[in-house]
Amino acid sequence: MTTEAMIRREADRDLEFAAWFTGLVGEEKLRECIHCGVCSGSCPLAGHMDFGPRKLMYLAREGFADDVLGSNTLWLCTSCYACTVSCPQQIPVTDVMYALKRKAIESGKAQKRHPVAVMAKGFTKMVRKRGRLTEGYLIAGLALRTGVHKYLGMAGMGINALRTGRISLRHDSIKRHDELTHLLDVVDQHREEVAAK
Amino acid sequence: MTGYDYYPGCSLKGTGKPYEESLLAVFGALGVGLDELEDWNCCGATAYMAVDELKAVALATRNLALAERSGKDLVAPCNACWLVLNKTNHRLEDDESLQRTVCSALGATCTVPNTADKEPLTYTGTVNVRHPLDVLVNDVGVDAIAEKVTKPLEGLTVAPYYGCQIVRPLSPFDDQDNPVTMDKLLGATGCTVLEDYPFKTRCCGASQMMTMPDVGLDLVSMLLEDAVARGADVIAVACPLCQFNLEGYQPKVSNLLGEKVNVPILYFTQLIGMAMGIDHKTLGLQRSFVKVEPVLAGRSAHE
Repeated sequence: MTTEAMIRREADRDLEFAAWFTGLVGEEKLRECIHCGVCSGSCPLAGHMDFGPRKLMYLAREGFADDVLGSNTLWLCTSCYACTVSCPQQIPVTDVMYALKRKAIESGKAQKRHPVAVMAKGFTKMVRKRGRLTEGYLIAGLALRTGVHKYLGMAGMGINALRTGRISLRHDSIKRHDELTHLLDVVDQHREEVAAK
Repeated sequence: MTGYDYYPGCSLKGTGKPYEESLLAVFGALGVGLDELEDWNCCGATAYMAVDELKAVALATRNLALAERSGKDLVAPCNACWLVLNKTNHRLEDDESLQRTVCSALGATCTVPNTADKEPLTYTGTVNVRHPLDVLVNDVGVDAIAEKVTKPLEGLTVAPYYGCQIVRPLSPFDDQDNPVTMDKLLGATGCTVLEDYPFKTRCCGASQMMTMPDVGLDLVSMLLEDAVARGADVIAVACPLCQFNLEGYQPKVSNLLGEKVNVPILYFTQLIGMAMGIDHKTLGLQRSFVKVEPVLAGRSAHE
């Protein structure tokens, strides 16, 4: 029988990450968190998470980057904002969760081929290419990248959607597509300039 | 000001097509103009924000900039689009340097060859982004809608389900914990509104139904089971993702719960349209997976 150590050690802390996280929430705001757990209590998905929002905030504050960025918590969060509106200290938990998602993708620490991260990336690619989203193709791309077998059970629903004209095989696109890609490129350039400074 | 600009969002052209059809039909019958925003793009939704914050803001702002040219309020029927556009307004207002960055990027797009618009895009922050629930209750008025009702939905019990993003984190037009705008509109149709539905703002699972179906199914089952147990014949919704999640997987929900769940999930605009006597096809009702007609027929058999 194998066991996994449940204790986190000082040596596992990533102080740079802890500093980044503190800057993100604001030192004062973070200190105001009383760890009451209302965020986790109000979260409809907490039951499925490695760490609920309260534990996640604690781990992040102490610098346990691998635990935080590799957790399934980030990808289970649906941005329903129940935590944000119930926090007695007005900590914007959902926005913090978004920032952690971005950090997990950037740092490469996100769970490999996690379907939510895969879908989010597919989404941004399709928006860049077309300016709009065609739902059927987003789902098809997701199935191809994470395993078609998982989606076989949804075939009936897919057929229903096609039959009732609610999924189209025609891509929807904007007209001034160049304008949109240029906008996104200029944003990238700007970011590089700021980083260079 | 005559009428509104209309931002459909991607879902209303796809899985949420009946929402667009019924919305346009009802606004048309009420004589309220909705002009589709020319060349709108994806709002960025929740997925974009998880990958790139600055680009997510830029995408949303392009839509606001296009809308600002007309000076009209912008109606966004999808809860997620509505929140993204509203949040973008708040962010730009709170962060001047973000506003400058995004506006300079928008302005730069006029140098692109073949863009029909040569006038540089910019955004000063004046567009009011409105949900149709807000417009119908606060601008048109419940009485004006009640006057148009010719086929009251008597004997039909409807559970109003609002979902999350129109009441959280912002709630400019309704009560955050117990929203009632949809209740009021449904009340005008003559149906019985299930006032006691505690899950009315609980999350539907959003895109988890696609990415992690077991988790999504867990959330959806709870919402459906409770509404049915409280006597709902129909669940009314105001968001295309809520609609699809609640309707699309009822056979799976039935397996999970061990009892058959077969409840129509209709947009509030479809119910208003039915009560106004607009024909079912115009309201997109033939696109439902779970048809409302047997429920309506069963109702008259009861009477």
